[in-house]
Amino acid sequence: MDAELTTAAAEAKAALRDVAPEPGSPKPDPVLVVDGVRRSFGGVTAVDVDHVEVQRGSITALIGPNGAGKTTFFNLLTGFDKPDLGTWHFDGRTMRGVPAHVASRLGMVRTFQLTKSLTKMSVIENMKLGATSQVGEHWWKGLFPFLWRDQERKIEARADELLARFKLDHMRNEYAGTLSGGQRKLLEMSRALMTEPRLVMLDEPMAGVNPALKQSLNTHIKGLRDQGMTVLFVEHDMDMVHDISDWVIVMAEGRVIAEGSPDQIATNPAVIDAYLGAHQGKTMLEEL
Amino acid sequence: MNWGNIAEASFSAFFGVNAMYFAIAAIGLNVQFGYAGLLNFGQAGFMASGAYGLGMTAHYFQISFWWGIAAGMGYAIVLGLLMGVPTLRLRADYLAIVTIAVAEVIRLVVRSVRFKHFFGGSDGINNFSGPYRDLNPYLESGRYPFSPLDADGPTAALIVVLFVALAIGSGVVVQRTVLARRFPTLSKWVGIGVVAVVAFGLLMLVSRSVEYTGYSLWTITVGWALVAVLALFVWALMRSPWGRVLKAIREDEDAVRSVGKSVYSYKMQALVIGGVIATFAGMMFSIERGSVQPDNYSRDVTFFVLTALVLGGAAKVSGSIVGPMLFWGILAFADVFLHQLLASRGGRLELLGLEIIGSESQIGQFQLMLVGVLLILLMVFRPQGMFGNRKEMALDGR
Repeated sequence: MDAELTTAAAEAKAALRDVAPEPGSPKPDPVLVVDGVRRSFGGVTAVDVDHVEVQRGSITALIGPNGAGKTTFFNLLTGFDKPDLGTWHFDGRTMRGVPAHVASRLGMVRTFQLTKSLTKMSVIENMKLGATSQVGEHWWKGLFPFLWRDQERKIEARADELLARFKLDHMRNEYAGTLSGGQRKLLEMSRALMTEPRLVMLDEPMAGVNPALKQSLNTHIKGLRDQGMTVLFVEHDMDMVHDISDWVIVMAEGRVIAEGSPDQIATNPAVIDAYLGAHQGKTMLEEL
Repeated sequence: MNWGNIAEASFSAFFGVNAMYFAIAAIGLNVQFGYAGLLNFGQAGFMASGAYGLGMTAHYFQISFWWGIAAGMGYAIVLGLLMGVPTLRLRADYLAIVTIAVAEVIRLVVRSVRFKHFFGGSDGINNFSGPYRDLNPYLESGRYPFSPLDADGPTAALIVVLFVALAIGSGVVVQRTVLARRFPTLSKWVGIGVVAVVAFGLLMLVSRSVEYTGYSLWTITVGWALVAVLALFVWALMRSPWGRVLKAIREDEDAVRSVGKSVYSYKMQALVIGGVIATFAGMMFSIERGSVQPDNYSRDVTFFVLTALVLGGAAKVSGSIVGPMLFWGILAFADVFLHQLLASRGGRLELLGLEIIGSESQIGQFQLMLVGVLLILLMVFRPQGMFGNRKEMALDGR
């Protein structure tokens, strides 16, 4: 196993080796630092995170039972929802009050649990939409193709490259609505990559994806780390979490209840409690 | 029954002033509703701001009407911003509510007795089309045939170009809608060719008896030229990356946000651009009559324009032009047809012993009912409109 590790993976593992496996533990080089973020809906506190850091260049999994507040936490961090309290920094920049589209431009891009592929546009158009700083996206400059044609060509070449990497190139000119659920997940992920992000936040990338595709998706996500990106993902598929993540953050009832390497998490009694209540499920989780 | 008259009336309406100014309004609405998915129910308000901008500038300042055009466009920009700022961050329905309300507020304010000295109340502002009349190269009261066989050289050539374009256009539509499904083995080009030749022949035949006055012809020329320019403008916008963002917003705003585009800003741009285009509709309509009257910009206009756009096919530039032509063509056809039918039946129309139309005054309502039935049939059999994309329509959201 170790022989297969790429340098980026080895570096991430090494950097996290000495980090204490406890909620809110500091990381050597955090790209994302969250402090006291709270969000309640009516009387229910959906998210109440005291402190969390995400190591740069790592793949970090965010797990937890249904209703733990993982997606809400994602929404807060990316500007799709506003917290009642709290601050967070991305790459040293404070992100509180930053609208979603600005967060994305700053390099913090997310995907959605319910895939948002634009079904009535072709796959390639979906991809091209992802590219940032397009000259032709100003309305009056858009009127004059000579101002944006060159850039469009470059964007298209980059999109084609990504489509080939995600094995969607044969669907290039089809409507995105004709893609299967799993293909849509791939399309959404590659569209997010068109923005050239530094932090990729994937909300359940494996939901509804068939096992064969899961393997290749795993490889793709590891590939992102090799290219220097940080990945934070929400997932229920424990095999995947164990397979690809360098670090795992566990949420339950809005709070971070545990952190650690995948192996440490698998044996953490607090996690087992959160998932199954009491200690009954111990044997099941040990299979991880 | 005089079919010549019926054909002639429908034909005139097809190219007439009403179809023209509706087409301009529909091109604007298409930017908002068709491409960006904004439910603007206040297009009449934008049209009124164009008309009043032009009329009042001409009336009060006695300056060139080019300034009036600039003023009208300026009002539309302000109006778009006013309506957009509070609503575009909210769900789509709020824009619909606000636009319909604002359009009504505008109409009620300009027609109010309180401001009669300023806006002219329900009489509006009159007699300001002098400079426009002066530009008319045709004899104002002259009669001009609209047939390549009777018109002068250059005019005849223009009409032939128009007819050929129309014939090919109808060929494409008929091929796609009917022939492709009924006769799938038939070559595409044969289908289009046969229909185009038949359509061209019909146009030549019907146009023999059509005449426009010099003044109408001037308005038709200016108006349809404007339609062409604006259609080209919108077409150019929509093939650009800007148009791509707009179409993406129509489908899923959050997806667009997640890749770093300011959805709010794009929606605002679409609302304002569509509104500014609509001002030209108001301007053309008012300058042709040399008068602005508030009741020409009521809710009906907004909904008729919307109907015409859906008829033609939303999110298609061709749809926004042909829709209004069909809308007015069908209305005129129904009007003359029903009048003749009624006259031939002695003023009463019965179906299976049931009175359908009792007097001539009921024809107006019946006309609109026919359009409604047509629209229902269209929604059932061709929900994407005449020019819309069926494949796109069939793809369900998520």
